[in-house]
Amino acid sequence: MEETILIQVNGEARKGRNGMTVADLLRDLEITTERVAVEVNLEILDRAAFAQRSLKDGDRVEILSFIGGGSF
Amino acid sequence: MGDDRLIIAGREFKSRLWVGTGKYKDFVETQKAIEMSGADVVTVAVRRVNITDRSKENLLDYIDPKKYTILPNTAGCYTVEDAVRYSRLARAAGVSDLVKLEVLGDEKTLFPDTAGLIEAAKILIKEGFIVLPYTNDDPIVAKKLVDIGCPAVMPLAAPIGSGLGIRNPYNLKILMESVDVPVIVDAGVGTASDAALAMEYGADAVLMNTAIAGAKDPIAMAEAMKYAVWAGRLAYKAGRIPRKLYATASSPIEGML
Repeated sequence: MEETILIQVNGEARKGRNGMTVADLLRDLEITTERVAVEVNLEILDRAAFAQRSLKDGDRVEILSFIGGGSF
Repeated sequence: MGDDRLIIAGREFKSRLWVGTGKYKDFVETQKAIEMSGADVVTVAVRRVNITDRSKENLLDYIDPKKYTILPNTAGCYTVEDAVRYSRLARAAGVSDLVKLEVLGDEKTLFPDTAGLIEAAKILIKEGFIVLPYTNDDPIVAKKLVDIGCPAVMPLAAPIGSGLGIRNPYNLKILMESVDVPVIVDAGVGTASDAALAMEYGADAVLMNTAIAGAKDPIAMAEAMKYAVWAGRLAYKAGRIPRKLYATASSPIEGML
């Protein structure tokens, strides 16, 4: 099995370790899990699932949080 | 205004002025303006985290979610699918089921796509969301939104960010009389008198962003808006005098020489 995987994070290509979890990715990116939402291949994850969900080659990950906004 | 609380879906709000958090110079200015406004509900947008520059600070480091009700919006969504997706993401990132639902119809006007709005609201209400819909000043659409389970409606006064004030006061008044849920006038306010007028017409609250953030002195304007909303609310409750074409003397005739 390949050691590295290629994933998309917020639209950008990124190398990851095979078997890494969403929680690992967030840790690598220095993002605190509090107040972020994570979507993997359009599926929104419960915060409790971050440590369980492992990523595989080709996964598309979106990490979102709140920013300033009124209406648009 | 101590006991004059606004209640939506069982939640109690102290302030009848709600504010957005966009367009400020920086987070310090955002924080100061919101504090000055006295608002206890603030809207936020949901966007991608900047993963390349982690030094960027987070809005919620400045706006304490314990002190304010954070109301995520679906700003920028033009389809039912996007609005539903962003609502779900907001719920996953946040702490509540509240969402200010926007389904926009057109980039130039940012007017709501009311057919899409009703469709998205139905889906989200079924999923347990408390949907506060950003809608047109259309009483019939407002009624439909209430019928499907929206605990409040948020009609526009004028296009978002336009500062034009209340463009159709009569529709807005009819809308307020048509629904038995709180009406929050959202978008289009330009200055304090616009906010006061909305409250005098009977709005339960006013939500604004650009009118404060875009003012020359946002913090001073936040203060002006706080008093405008108070004044308008008090005047509404006090009951204004009827308009008459001719004069009526305020001093008695009796006792004159």
